[in-house]
Amino acid sequence: MAAAIPMKRVPDLSVEVIVGSQLPEMVSQPLTPYSSEAISFLGALSIRLFANPSIRLYPDVAAFAYWCRRSNLTRLSRSFDTQTRRIGRGLVLHIAPANVPVNFAFSLAFGILAGNANIVRISESNHPQATIICGEISDLFRDPKHTRIAAMTRVIKYPREHEITAELSRLCHARVLWGGDVTINHLRSMITSPRCIDICFPDRYSLCILGAEAINAADEQAIDNLVSGFYNDVFLLDQNACSSPHLVIWQGSREDVDNAMSRFWPAMEHLLSTKFVPPAIHAVDKYSHLCSVAIRLKGCTSISRQQNYIYRVRLESLPEKIENYRGQHGFFFEAIDNDLEGLKSIVDDRFQTVTCFGVSPQSIIDSIIEAGVNGVDRVVPVGKALDIGVIWDGYDIIGTLSRIISEQ
Amino acid sequence: MNAPDFSDWLEFNPYAFSADVKSHKLTKALVELTKWHSVQCESYQKILNVLVENTGSVNCLEDIPFIPVRLFKEFDLLSIESDEVFKIMTSSGTSGQQVSKIYLDRKTAALQTKVLSRLMSDVLGKKRLPMLIIDSPSILKNRQAFSARGAGILGFSMFGLNVTYALDDSMSLDMPAIEAFLARHHGSPVFIFGFTFVIWQHFVLSLQKKGIHLPLDKGIVVHGGGWKKLQEQSVDNDAFRHALKSVANVNKVVNYYGMVEQTGSLFVECEFGHLHAPIYADVIFRRPIDFGIAEVGEEGIIEVLSLLPCSYPGHALLTEDLGVLLGVDDCRCQRLGKYFRVIGRLEKAEMRGCSDTYETRT
Repeated sequence: MAAAIPMKRVPDLSVEVIVGSQLPEMVSQPLTPYSSEAISFLGALSIRLFANPSIRLYPDVAAFAYWCRRSNLTRLSRSFDTQTRRIGRGLVLHIAPANVPVNFAFSLAFGILAGNANIVRISESNHPQATIICGEISDLFRDPKHTRIAAMTRVIKYPREHEITAELSRLCHARVLWGGDVTINHLRSMITSPRCIDICFPDRYSLCILGAEAINAADEQAIDNLVSGFYNDVFLLDQNACSSPHLVIWQGSREDVDNAMSRFWPAMEHLLSTKFVPPAIHAVDKYSHLCSVAIRLKGCTSISRQQNYIYRVRLESLPEKIENYRGQHGFFFEAIDNDLEGLKSIVDDRFQTVTCFGVSPQSIIDSIIEAGVNGVDRVVPVGKALDIGVIWDGYDIIGTLSRIISEQ
Repeated sequence: MNAPDFSDWLEFNPYAFSADVKSHKLTKALVELTKWHSVQCESYQKILNVLVENTGSVNCLEDIPFIPVRLFKEFDLLSIESDEVFKIMTSSGTSGQQVSKIYLDRKTAALQTKVLSRLMSDVLGKKRLPMLIIDSPSILKNRQAFSARGAGILGFSMFGLNVTYALDDSMSLDMPAIEAFLARHHGSPVFIFGFTFVIWQHFVLSLQKKGIHLPLDKGIVVHGGGWKKLQEQSVDNDAFRHALKSVANVNKVVNYYGMVEQTGSLFVECEFGHLHAPIYADVIFRRPIDFGIAEVGEEGIIEVLSLLPCSYPGHALLTEDLGVLLGVDDCRCQRLGKYFRVIGRLEKAEMRGCSDTYETRT
């Protein structure tokens, strides 16, 4: 099948191959998006992961396994472009982030679903999540049912070395690049094949919009759900994820907002105190950041603390470049912005996710579009900030990683 | 506003005040310093605006607003005009790391020296002693600014006579220099000074390796600078003392806890192995969970207070060290005030999140 197709071979580079056979044996003969091979492989991976006892320890692995269920992928395939004939672009190189352990798996799954052969460079951090997922993939690849996907898939490790990335960049048809701005700029400065496209996921900034009236009117169960959703959005990745909120915009009268704050934040503090004891260095980090912000940012007038779990800096108005003041481990700026005029005046292309509660997502999207601003790619309910999907950072990833064969 | 003047504190014995008496006097002095710095240092004022909702409610040392010691790495914080800067001290960070910059005027530098001298006379006696420095003389030559190590050596050298460096430029034992020093001061008390890690790595281990034994039975070793590197080698205070006894027959080993951000007001170890707060300074142990006050015996983040910092707002600093208060006013050595133990650096936590990736690693 594959041997008859002439194609550029991937050279034998000095990398550690975690999943798949040696690189030169790789086949990069693309499939159609949401091919039966892809769905059958990812669906089988989902089943295997759920059967793995260690999944209990890693909610992020469980979230990935849940996402790549056959039923979910079939649902996604139905809503994918049915108007045009499509095929994968060919070989996709993924540079996965070091500190979000399962992102490499999503990136790979997107590449497979789009119909591509994929080389995924994972970090050398040796996350147990990566070991679990790669182990299950390797086992599945022994099953002859998955021969085609196996021939098209490699997960590799190599030191942060320019040359190997450069060589792979010259070979591939698309690159999926995750990283900080410096990394992305560095990777984009490399020479690629002229047709190669890049999908870049650089540093982003995210916020949360809360409706005060809705919080004040909510029953205990609704508040519990809200704070546990907010906890997941912020604390699962120490507030370092691009989609974790750093700014909380309140809507409502001053009185309603004050009441809602004194309901929401103590509930948040209570939940945090049942979840974990933060490392002492986090307290020092947050306190240091607070002092640094006090010096650098005009107009921060007061600070509230929920022990050392949460630091909140109250702002009378939203300053430009607020994304440069982001903290970690539960550090927020808060302001009232009823008509979102303040937000619209500071949004730039770094803004990614808006999580919301008690405010209609549709109305937020309406004001983003009406204002014609360059940022905000995602408006989702509180609790969904980290739910990565085939539409991310404003890209239709499956669409972008496949090409259209037009008839006219 | 006139700069606060605490030179009259030098008239008291450094451990003369019980915790109650001291808390009262030191609180007054530190409130004065807080006011001074808030007028003189704009950045400090901005921090106070955010931190302190209700100024004037300071009733005890624990109420004095504190700033993180890390801030001196990020900002130039000074409470004097730039033409009054007499010297700039820097922390000794490894290359690439940001270093703290501490701005001193003549008055602050002089008071640091006087207080240090007061504290050291308690350890070394009133007379200056022949001094062996366990370091290389190049540590002073190679830097323009005063590194913490260089500044420490220079500062302590004032209490020595016939100052001799025990290590050469490659940090190896300079045996001819050591032997000449020993021959000259045979049988008399000598002052041996160095940084904890340097003494261990380049003195104790080198002597052990070469099988050399030095007759320093009248030596007084004073060392500081932190245990971080020795903890990695599982060397604690006891092991350190024993090793010095075995390679050089040293009977008196005195550790101190101090930092370049509060030069002068050191916390010096007593004969029972406890670090003591002198009247010019104090320690507070804060709970990581809410910065509340830890009880005796309970670990906490160390906050250090000192009345010396006048040219920069460093009189109340939250360190990145963990320690534990052992007791108040009741150490067997009879020194009054708080005594404590330093446990070590706060551990860096692993970074999670999507921005750190391919090229950079923290």
